[in-house]
Amino acid sequence: MPSLIDIRRRIRSVKNTQQITKAMKMVSAAKLRRAQDRVIRSRPYGGMLRSVLANVAAAAALDDLAGQNELLARREEHNVLLLVLSADKGLAGAFNTNLIKGAQRFIKERPQASVKLELIGRKGRDFFRKRHAAIAGESIGLANKPAYNDTAAIARRAMDMFRRAEIDAVYIIYNEFKSVATQKLTVSRVLPVELPAAAAGRPGTVDYIFEQSPAAMLDVLLPRYVEMEFFHALIESSAAEHAARMTAMDAATSNAAEMIDKLTLFLNRVRQASITKEIIEVVSGAAAAG
Amino acid sequence: MADSIELEVATPERAMVSEQVTDVQVPGQDGYLGILPGHAPLLSLLGAGALSYAAGGARHFLAVQGGLIEVLFGQVRVLANLAERAEDIDIARARADLDQAQKQMYAATTGDASTAALEAVALAQARIAAVEGK
Repeated sequence: MPSLIDIRRRIRSVKNTQQITKAMKMVSAAKLRRAQDRVIRSRPYGGMLRSVLANVAAAAALDDLAGQNELLARREEHNVLLLVLSADKGLAGAFNTNLIKGAQRFIKERPQASVKLELIGRKGRDFFRKRHAAIAGESIGLANKPAYNDTAAIARRAMDMFRRAEIDAVYIIYNEFKSVATQKLTVSRVLPVELPAAAAGRPGTVDYIFEQSPAAMLDVLLPRYVEMEFFHALIESSAAEHAARMTAMDAATSNAAEMIDKLTLFLNRVRQASITKEIIEVVSGAAAAG
Repeated sequence: MADSIELEVATPERAMVSEQVTDVQVPGQDGYLGILPGHAPLLSLLGAGALSYAAGGARHFLAVQGGLIEVLFGQVRVLANLAERAEDIDIARARADLDQAQKQMYAATTGDASTAALEAVALAQARIAAVEGK
Protein backbone atom coordinates (compact mmCIF):
# COMPACT_ATOMS: atom_id res chain seq x y z
CA MET A 1 0.00 0.00 0.00
CA PRO A 2 1.49 3.37 -1.00
CA SER A 3 1.97 5.87 1.77
CA LEU A 4 -0.11 9.02 2.10
CA ILE A 5 2.84 11.16 1.09
CA ASP A 6 3.36 9.18 -2.09
CA ILE A 7 -0.25 9.64 -3.13
CA ARG A 8 -0.19 13.36 -2.32
CA ARG A 9 2.93 13.74 -4.42
CA ARG A 10 1.27 11.91 -7.26
CA ILE A 11 -1.77 14.19 -7.10
CA ARG A 12 0.43 17.26 -7.16
CA SER A 13 2.29 15.99 -10.21
CA VAL A 14 -0.94 15.27 -12.09
CA LYS A 15 -2.20 18.73 -11.17
CA ASN A 16 0.92 20.28 -12.62
CA THR A 17 0.47 18.35 -15.83
CA GLN A 18 -3.13 19.44 -15.97
CA GLN A 19 -2.10 23.06 -15.69
CA ILE A 20 0.29 22.64 -18.59
CA THR A 21 -2.24 20.93 -20.82
CA LYS A 22 -4.80 23.57 -19.93
CA ALA A 23 -2.39 26.35 -20.87
CA MET A 24 -1.50 24.59 -24.12
CA LYS A 25 -5.18 24.30 -24.92
CA MET A 26 -5.67 28.04 -24.42
CA VAL A 27 -2.64 28.86 -26.56
CA SER A 28 -3.86 26.57 -29.33
CA ALA A 29 -7.31 28.11 -29.18
CA ALA A 30 -5.82 31.59 -29.70
CA LYS A 31 -3.55 30.36 -32.49
CA LEU A 32 -6.43 28.53 -34.11
CA ARG A 33 -8.44 31.71 -34.27
CA ARG A 34 -5.60 33.46 -36.01
CA ALA A 35 -5.05 30.56 -38.39
CA GLN A 36 -8.74 30.47 -39.26
CA ASP A 37 -8.64 34.20 -39.93
CA ARG A 38 -5.82 33.64 -42.36
CA VAL A 39 -7.79 30.97 -44.21
CA ILE A 40 -10.78 33.28 -44.46
CA ARG A 41 -8.69 36.27 -45.57
CA SER A 42 -7.08 34.34 -48.41
CA ARG A 43 -10.44 33.13 -49.73
CA PRO A 44 -11.34 36.14 -51.91
CA TYR A 45 -8.06 35.91 -53.81
CA GLY A 46 -8.33 32.15 -54.20
CA GLY A 47 -11.89 32.36 -55.48
CA MET A 48 -11.12 35.21 -57.87
CA LEU A 49 -8.01 33.49 -59.18
CA ARG A 50 -9.94 30.31 -59.86
CA SER A 51 -12.72 32.08 -61.75
CA VAL A 52 -10.31 34.25 -63.75
CA LEU A 53 -8.29 31.17 -64.64
CA ALA A 54 -11.46 29.39 -65.74
CA ASN A 55 -12.41 32.36 -67.93
CA VAL A 56 -8.95 32.69 -69.44
CA ALA A 57 -8.78 28.94 -70.02
CA ALA A 58 -12.13 29.01 -71.77
CA ALA A 59 -10.99 31.89 -73.96
CA ALA A 60 -7.61 30.31 -74.52
CA ALA A 61 -9.16 27.02 -75.60
CA LEU A 62 -9.51 28.67 -79.01
CA ASP A 63 -5.82 29.50 -78.97
CA ASP A 64 -3.49 26.65 -79.94
CA LEU A 65 -0.43 28.11 -78.25
CA ALA A 66 -2.08 28.28 -74.84
CA GLY A 67 -2.81 24.56 -74.86
CA GLN A 68 0.92 23.94 -74.99
CA ASN A 69 1.71 25.44 -71.62
CA GLU A 70 4.32 23.29 -69.93
CA LEU A 71 2.44 23.18 -66.64
CA LEU A 72 -0.49 21.44 -68.32
CA ALA A 73 1.60 18.65 -69.82
CA ARG A 74 0.36 15.21 -68.89
CA ARG A 75 2.96 12.48 -68.75
CA GLU A 76 2.97 9.00 -67.36
CA GLU A 77 3.78 9.24 -63.67
CA HIS A 78 7.22 7.70 -63.34
CA ASN A 79 8.70 10.30 -61.04
CA VAL A 80 6.39 11.84 -58.52
CA LEU A 81 7.02 14.60 -56.01
CA LEU A 82 4.98 14.39 -52.82
CA LEU A 83 4.75 17.41 -50.57
CA VAL A 84 4.23 16.30 -46.97
CA LEU A 85 2.83 19.04 -44.74
CA SER A 86 3.40 17.94 -41.16
CA ALA A 87 3.58 19.98 -37.96
CA ASP A 88 6.77 21.17 -36.27
CA LYS A 89 5.56 20.02 -32.89
CA GLY A 90 3.83 16.98 -31.54
CA LEU A 91 1.16 16.70 -28.85
CA ALA A 92 -1.53 17.20 -31.44
CA GLY A 93 -3.31 13.87 -31.24
CA ALA A 94 -3.13 11.79 -34.39
CA PHE A 95 -2.31 14.80 -36.59
CA ASN A 96 1.21 13.80 -37.57
CA THR A 97 0.68 10.05 -37.34
CA ASN A 98 -2.22 10.10 -39.77
CA LEU A 99 -0.29 12.28 -42.15
CA ILE A 100 2.82 10.09 -42.15
CA LYS A 101 0.74 6.94 -42.53
CA GLY A 102 -1.06 8.57 -45.44
CA ALA A 103 2.24 9.45 -47.08
CA GLN A 104 3.51 5.90 -46.68
CA ARG A 105 0.29 4.55 -48.16
CA PHE A 106 0.69 6.96 -51.08
CA ILE A 107 4.17 5.60 -51.77
CA LYS A 108 3.07 1.98 -51.43
CA GLU A 109 0.21 2.53 -53.88
CA ARG A 110 2.71 3.51 -56.55
CA PRO A 111 5.23 0.69 -56.67
CA GLN A 112 6.11 1.41 -60.29
CA ALA A 113 6.87 5.10 -59.68
CA SER A 114 9.72 6.61 -57.75
CA VAL A 115 8.33 9.02 -55.20
CA LYS A 116 10.45 11.89 -53.94
CA LEU A 117 9.44 13.76 -50.83
CA GLU A 118 9.40 17.47 -50.15
CA LEU A 119 9.07 17.68 -46.39
CA ILE A 120 7.59 20.63 -44.60
CA GLY A 121 7.48 20.46 -40.81
CA ARG A 122 9.87 18.89 -38.34
CA LYS A 123 7.81 15.79 -37.51
CA GLY A 124 7.59 14.56 -41.08
CA ARG A 125 11.22 15.39 -41.74
CA ASP A 126 12.49 13.48 -38.72
CA PHE A 127 10.42 10.45 -39.57
CA PHE A 128 11.42 10.15 -43.21
CA ARG A 129 15.03 11.05 -42.60
CA LYS A 130 15.38 8.09 -40.27
CA ARG A 131 13.92 5.83 -42.91
CA HIS A 132 16.20 7.07 -45.67
CA ALA A 133 13.42 8.07 -48.02
CA ALA A 134 14.26 9.99 -51.19
CA ILE A 135 14.07 13.59 -50.03
CA ALA A 136 13.95 16.44 -52.53
CA GLY A 137 13.86 19.23 -49.98
CA GLU A 138 12.84 20.15 -46.47
CA SER A 139 11.74 23.25 -44.63
CA ILE A 140 10.92 23.86 -41.02
CA GLY A 141 9.06 26.61 -39.21
CA LEU A 142 6.84 27.57 -42.14
CA ALA A 143 3.52 26.74 -40.52
CA ASN A 144 4.37 28.86 -37.52
CA LYS A 145 3.98 32.03 -39.52
CA PRO A 146 2.68 31.10 -42.95
CA ALA A 147 3.98 33.59 -45.49
CA TYR A 148 3.02 33.46 -49.12
CA ASN A 149 6.56 34.01 -50.35
CA ASP A 150 8.00 31.01 -48.50
CA THR A 151 5.54 28.58 -50.01
CA ALA A 152 5.81 30.29 -53.39
CA ALA A 153 9.55 29.55 -53.40
CA ILE A 154 8.88 25.86 -52.80
CA ALA A 155 6.17 25.89 -55.46
CA ARG A 156 8.54 27.51 -57.96
CA ARG A 157 11.18 24.88 -57.28
CA ALA A 158 8.62 22.13 -57.89
CA MET A 159 7.47 23.84 -61.09
CA ASP A 160 11.05 24.10 -62.35
CA MET A 161 11.57 20.39 -61.78
CA PHE A 162 8.29 19.70 -63.53
CA ARG A 163 9.23 21.84 -66.52
CA ARG A 164 12.56 20.06 -66.84
CA ALA A 165 10.58 16.79 -66.80
CA GLU A 166 12.51 15.57 -63.77
CA ILE A 167 9.15 14.87 -62.23
CA ASP A 168 5.89 13.99 -63.93
CA ALA A 169 3.43 14.94 -61.22
CA VAL A 170 3.26 16.81 -57.93
CA TYR A 171 0.91 15.88 -55.12
CA ILE A 172 0.31 17.50 -51.75
CA ILE A 173 -0.72 15.53 -48.69
CA TYR A 174 -2.06 17.57 -45.80
CA ASN A 175 -4.67 17.73 -43.09
CA GLU A 176 -7.57 19.83 -44.23
CA PHE A 177 -9.38 21.86 -41.61
CA LYS A 178 -12.97 20.62 -41.59
CA SER A 179 -14.03 21.79 -38.16
CA VAL A 180 -12.43 22.19 -34.76
CA ALA A 181 -13.10 18.53 -34.02
CA THR A 182 -12.25 16.99 -37.39
CA GLN A 183 -9.34 17.14 -39.77
CA LYS A 184 -9.54 15.42 -43.10
CA LEU A 185 -6.44 13.91 -44.62
CA THR A 186 -6.35 15.16 -48.18
CA VAL A 187 -4.19 14.19 -51.13
CA SER A 188 -4.45 16.52 -54.08
CA ARG A 189 -2.62 16.79 -57.35
CA VAL A 190 -1.29 20.24 -58.16
CA LEU A 191 0.78 19.46 -61.24
CA PRO A 192 -0.04 19.02 -64.04
CA VAL A 193 -2.62 21.73 -63.45
CA GLU A 194 -6.25 20.74 -63.79
CA LEU A 195 -7.97 23.79 -65.24
CA PRO A 196 -11.03 24.71 -63.18
CA ALA A 197 -14.30 24.60 -65.06
CA ALA A 198 -16.11 27.89 -65.58
CA ALA A 199 -18.27 28.71 -62.58
CA ALA A 200 -21.94 27.99 -63.01
CA GLY A 201 -24.16 30.98 -63.63
CA ARG A 202 -21.39 32.90 -65.34
CA PRO A 203 -20.89 33.02 -69.06
CA GLY A 204 -18.34 30.39 -70.00
CA THR A 205 -16.67 32.54 -72.58
CA VAL A 206 -16.84 36.24 -72.00
CA ASP A 207 -15.76 38.17 -75.04
CA TYR A 208 -12.73 39.77 -73.43
CA ILE A 209 -10.42 42.40 -74.75
CA PHE A 210 -7.03 40.79 -74.23
CA GLU A 211 -4.27 43.24 -73.44
CA GLN A 212 -1.84 40.38 -73.71
CA SER A 213 -2.41 37.12 -75.56
CA PRO A 214 -4.22 34.31 -73.71
CA ALA A 215 -1.05 32.24 -73.91
CA ALA A 216 0.97 34.98 -72.20
CA MET A 217 -1.74 35.27 -69.57
CA LEU A 218 -1.66 31.56 -68.84
CA ASP A 219 2.13 31.79 -68.47
CA VAL A 220 1.58 34.16 -65.57
CA LEU A 221 -1.65 32.74 -64.20
CA LEU A 222 -0.78 29.07 -63.97
CA PRO A 223 2.30 29.51 -61.76
CA ARG A 224 0.28 31.85 -59.53
CA TYR A 225 -2.41 29.22 -59.32
CA VAL A 226 0.06 26.52 -58.32
CA GLU A 227 1.68 28.81 -55.74
CA MET A 228 -1.75 29.57 -54.32
CA GLU A 229 -2.55 25.84 -54.04
CA PHE A 230 0.64 25.36 -52.02
CA PHE A 231 -0.14 28.35 -49.80
CA HIS A 232 -3.72 27.25 -49.35
CA ALA A 233 -2.61 23.78 -48.24
CA LEU A 234 -0.18 25.32 -45.75
CA ILE A 235 -2.69 27.60 -44.08
CA GLU A 236 -5.32 24.86 -43.99
CA SER A 237 -2.81 22.53 -42.42
CA SER A 238 -1.78 25.13 -39.88
CA ALA A 239 -5.40 25.69 -38.83
CA ALA A 240 -5.93 21.93 -38.65
CA GLU A 241 -2.81 21.52 -36.51
CA HIS A 242 -3.96 24.02 -33.92
CA ALA A 243 -7.45 22.52 -33.90
CA ALA A 244 -6.00 19.03 -33.41
CA ARG A 245 -3.75 20.20 -30.60
CA MET A 246 -6.59 22.03 -28.92
CA THR A 247 -8.80 18.94 -29.00
CA ALA A 248 -5.97 16.70 -27.79
CA MET A 249 -5.09 19.06 -24.94
CA ASP A 250 -8.73 19.40 -23.96
CA ALA A 251 -8.97 15.62 -23.70
CA ALA A 252 -5.71 15.50 -21.72
CA THR A 253 -6.99 18.14 -19.30
CA SER A 254 -10.20 16.25 -18.61
CA ASN A 255 -8.27 12.97 -18.27
CA ALA A 256 -6.06 14.64 -15.69
CA ALA A 257 -9.13 15.88 -13.82
CA GLU A 258 -10.51 12.35 -13.79
CA MET A 259 -7.21 10.99 -12.51
CA ILE A 260 -7.06 13.61 -9.75
CA ASP A 261 -10.58 12.59 -8.64
CA LYS A 262 -9.61 8.92 -8.54
CA LEU A 263 -6.39 9.61 -6.65
CA THR A 264 -8.14 11.86 -4.16
CA LEU A 265 -10.69 9.14 -3.48
CA PHE A 266 -7.88 6.62 -3.03
CA LEU A 267 -6.02 9.03 -0.74
CA ASN A 268 -9.09 9.44 1.46
CA ARG A 269 -9.58 5.71 1.60
CA VAL A 270 -5.96 5.09 2.62
CA ARG A 271 -6.12 7.82 5.23
CA GLN A 272 -9.39 6.41 6.63
CA ALA A 273 -7.87 2.92 6.72
CA SER A 274 -4.91 4.12 8.75
CA ILE A 275 -7.16 6.00 11.18
CA THR A 276 -9.34 2.91 11.61
CA LYS A 277 -6.24 0.83 12.20
CA GLU A 278 -4.99 3.23 14.88
CA ILE A 279 -8.38 3.20 16.67
CA ILE A 280 -8.45 -0.61 16.63
CA GLU A 281 -4.97 -0.63 18.12
CA VAL A 282 -6.00 1.78 20.88
CA VAL A 283 -9.22 -0.09 21.59
CA SER A 284 -7.63 -3.53 21.61
CA GLY A 285 -4.76 -2.22 23.74
CA ALA A 286 -7.27 -0.83 26.26
CA ALA A 287 -9.22 -4.08 26.22
CA ALA A 288 -6.06 -6.08 26.92
CA ALA A 289 -5.09 -3.78 29.77
CA GLY A 290 -8.60 -3.76 31.25
CA MET B 1 -25.97 52.95 -67.28
CA ALA B 2 -24.71 52.46 -63.80
CA ASP B 3 -22.52 55.26 -62.52
CA SER B 4 -20.39 53.11 -60.29
CA ILE B 5 -18.36 49.96 -60.63
CA GLU B 6 -17.40 47.39 -58.03
CA LEU B 7 -13.68 47.28 -57.35
CA GLU B 8 -12.03 44.34 -55.64
CA VAL B 9 -8.33 44.23 -54.88
CA ALA B 10 -6.95 41.11 -53.23
CA THR B 11 -3.54 39.65 -52.45
CA PRO B 12 -2.96 36.00 -51.56
CA GLU B 13 -2.80 36.94 -47.90
CA ARG B 14 -5.83 39.19 -47.68
CA ALA B 15 -8.51 41.20 -49.45
CA MET B 16 -7.51 44.87 -49.63
CA VAL B 17 -10.42 46.70 -51.23
CA SER B 18 -14.00 45.80 -51.94
CA GLU B 19 -16.16 48.81 -52.68
CA GLN B 20 -18.21 50.75 -55.21
CA VAL B 21 -16.08 53.27 -57.05
CA THR B 22 -16.65 55.77 -59.83
CA ASP B 23 -13.37 55.29 -61.65
CA VAL B 24 -10.18 53.22 -61.41
CA GLN B 25 -6.68 53.80 -62.74
CA VAL B 26 -4.59 50.64 -62.83
CA PRO B 27 -1.03 50.06 -63.93
CA GLY B 28 -1.25 47.43 -66.65
CA GLN B 29 1.89 45.68 -67.77
CA ASP B 30 1.96 47.75 -70.95
CA GLY B 31 0.84 51.05 -69.44
CA TYR B 32 -1.86 52.58 -67.31
CA LEU B 33 -5.50 51.72 -67.90
CA GLY B 34 -8.36 53.98 -66.93
CA ILE B 35 -11.57 52.11 -66.22
CA LEU B 36 -14.93 53.82 -65.95
CA PRO B 37 -18.33 52.26 -65.29
CA GLY B 38 -19.59 50.45 -68.37
CA HIS B 39 -16.16 49.34 -69.54
CA ALA B 40 -16.12 46.28 -71.78
CA PRO B 41 -14.75 43.01 -70.37
CA LEU B 42 -10.97 43.06 -70.39
CA LEU B 43 -8.09 40.99 -69.17
CA SER B 44 -4.63 42.36 -68.60
CA LEU B 45 -1.52 41.57 -66.64
CA LEU B 46 -0.82 43.93 -63.78
CA GLY B 47 2.42 45.87 -63.79
CA ALA B 48 4.02 47.76 -60.94
CA GLY B 49 2.71 51.18 -60.06
CA ALA B 50 0.11 53.20 -58.26
CA LEU B 51 -3.47 52.01 -58.46
CA SER B 52 -5.96 54.75 -57.68
CA TYR B 53 -9.69 54.90 -57.43
CA ALA B 54 -12.34 57.47 -56.59
CA ALA B 55 -14.95 56.60 -54.04
CA GLY B 56 -17.09 58.79 -51.82
CA GLY B 57 -15.58 61.99 -53.22
CA ALA B 58 -12.02 61.05 -52.24
CA ARG B 59 -9.22 59.54 -54.26
CA HIS B 60 -7.42 56.53 -52.78
CA PHE B 61 -4.01 55.22 -53.73
CA LEU B 62 -2.40 51.81 -53.49
CA ALA B 63 0.98 50.55 -54.57
CA VAL B 64 0.61 47.29 -56.46
CA GLN B 65 2.95 44.91 -58.18
CA GLY B 66 2.43 41.92 -60.42
CA GLY B 67 -0.74 39.99 -61.02
CA LEU B 68 -3.84 40.31 -63.09
CA ILE B 69 -6.69 42.67 -63.86
CA GLU B 70 -10.09 41.41 -64.92
CA VAL B 71 -12.85 43.76 -65.94
CA LEU B 72 -16.33 42.28 -66.17
CA PHE B 73 -19.64 44.02 -66.55
CA GLY B 74 -19.84 46.30 -63.52
CA GLN B 75 -16.86 44.72 -61.82
CA VAL B 76 -13.10 45.25 -61.69
CA ARG B 77 -11.01 42.60 -60.03
CA VAL B 78 -7.35 43.11 -59.33
CA LEU B 79 -5.34 40.10 -58.22
CA ALA B 80 -2.07 41.57 -57.02
CA ASN B 81 1.00 39.76 -55.80
CA LEU B 82 1.54 42.69 -53.55
CA ALA B 83 -0.63 45.63 -52.57
CA GLU B 84 -0.12 48.32 -49.98
CA ARG B 85 -2.25 51.31 -49.08
CA ALA B 86 -0.50 54.64 -49.54
CA GLU B 87 -1.20 55.47 -45.87
CA ASP B 88 0.83 52.43 -44.80
CA ILE B 89 3.89 53.18 -46.90
CA ASP B 90 7.01 54.59 -45.31
CA ILE B 91 8.19 57.05 -47.96
CA ALA B 92 11.67 57.52 -46.54
CA ARG B 93 12.21 53.80 -46.57
CA ALA B 94 10.84 53.49 -50.10
CA ARG B 95 13.35 56.11 -51.30
CA ALA B 96 16.20 54.34 -49.54
CA ASP B 97 15.08 51.06 -51.13
CA LEU B 98 15.02 52.73 -54.52
CA ASP B 99 18.60 54.00 -54.11
CA GLN B 100 19.83 50.63 -53.04
CA ALA B 101 17.95 48.77 -55.76
CA GLN B 102 19.33 51.10 -58.42
CA LYS B 103 22.86 50.50 -57.21
CA GLN B 104 22.24 46.77 -57.31
CA MET B 105 20.84 47.12 -60.79
CA TYR B 106 24.02 48.77 -62.08
CA ALA B 107 26.22 46.32 -60.20
CA ALA B 108 24.30 43.24 -61.33
CA THR B 109 26.39 40.86 -63.38
CA THR B 110 24.01 37.94 -63.87
CA GLY B 111 20.65 37.98 -65.59
CA ASP B 112 18.82 36.81 -62.46
CA ALA B 113 20.38 39.47 -60.27
CA SER B 114 19.49 42.25 -62.67
CA THR B 115 15.91 40.99 -63.01
CA ALA B 116 15.58 40.94 -59.23
CA ALA B 117 17.07 44.44 -58.96
CA LEU B 118 14.74 45.72 -61.69
CA GLU B 119 11.77 44.33 -59.82
CA ALA B 120 12.94 45.99 -56.61
CA VAL B 121 13.32 49.31 -58.46
CA ALA B 122 9.82 48.98 -59.91
CA LEU B 123 8.36 48.21 -56.50
CA ALA B 124 10.09 51.16 -54.82
CA GLN B 125 8.93 53.43 -57.63
CA ALA B 126 5.40 52.11 -57.29
CA ARG B 127 5.43 52.90 -53.56
CA ILE B 128 6.71 56.40 -54.13
CA ALA B 129 4.18 56.99 -56.90
CA ALA B 130 1.35 55.82 -54.64
CA VAL B 131 2.37 58.20 -51.86
CA GLU B 132 3.05 61.14 -54.16
CA GLY B 133 -0.20 60.65 -56.02
CA LYS B 134 -1.97 62.28 -53.09
